[in-house]
Amino acid sequence: MIWSSWEAFWAMGGYGRYVWGSYGVFFAIVALECWQLRLRRRAALQEARRAAARPGR
Amino acid sequence: MNSTTENPPVARMNAWWYSSPQTFYRLAGKLAPWFAALAAILTVIGLYIGFFVAPTDATQGQSYRIIFIHVPSAWMSMFLYVVMAFWAAIGLAFNTRLSSMMATAIAPTGALMTFIALWSGALWGRPTWGAYWVWDARLTSELILLFLYLGFIALQAAIDDRRRADKAGAVLAIIGVVNVPIIYFSVQWWNTLHQGASVSVKGSSMASIMLAGMLVMVFAVWMYCIAAVLYRVRTIILERERHTAWVRELVAGEPLK
Repeated sequence: MIWSSWEAFWAMGGYGRYVWGSYGVFFAIVALECWQLRLRRRAALQEARRAAARPGR
Repeated sequence: MNSTTENPPVARMNAWWYSSPQTFYRLAGKLAPWFAALAAILTVIGLYIGFFVAPTDATQGQSYRIIFIHVPSAWMSMFLYVVMAFWAAIGLAFNTRLSSMMATAIAPTGALMTFIALWSGALWGRPTWGAYWVWDARLTSELILLFLYLGFIALQAAIDDRRRADKAGAVLAIIGVVNVPIIYFSVQWWNTLHQGASVSVKGSSMASIMLAGMLVMVFAVWMYCIAAVLYRVRTIILERERHTAWVRELVAGEPLK
């Protein structure tokens, strides 16, 4: 095992802020993109439903 | 090609069948969850190798572990740009709607990958070089890549007519392709602070377990990008085909969620 404890793991040999700063932003961006994709899909479905309900087309 | 009519069964034999937005909407809907699941599984495996199996680097200590996110995002940022430009060019040349939609769907994910590459690179540069940012050829050309993605998105958003937006974006995307080999070869062509490639056709300068972790993460990020693009292109198809008969039928049968 590389890490003697969880503290050592989070400290990353003194590079914790750089390592976790990279991974934190990566996962935050992935989460934001997934959320944005969901919102946009919902909006598109709603808009399509509205267009389908509009009479005379 | 009229997407409002049903495709005859014989057309299934033809690869062009999938170039219909209606057909591709269904195909993408079937494929995307698999790519997403694969991305999640590979991320768990890759990060396990990266953080619990790969040893401490002799010269960089633990800071090198940024590589497991930096290299995959940097590779994807360049790869996605080439794929985006490819689909944009096909859309421009053959006037195929789905190709242009693919290009539009790739741009935001490409921009995010570029941002992650720059961000993780800055956080890696600080402990390694002593600076978050230097105007080095590799870093500068990668920053230009981010501006190309953002320019493509902004240009398309600024033009109301979709087909015109597709064409204008395609021209920008194709011209911008010249930047990709510049990024890739920058570490050979100029004296850069950024190190050369650790992985090449001749082999790798990394320990094999570090390389294994990195390659698993490359596939994880790759699968994630495919999933995100497929989900986005589905939404774009819905947005643009709103007034077609098949979308009307689709939303009529689908409950609100």
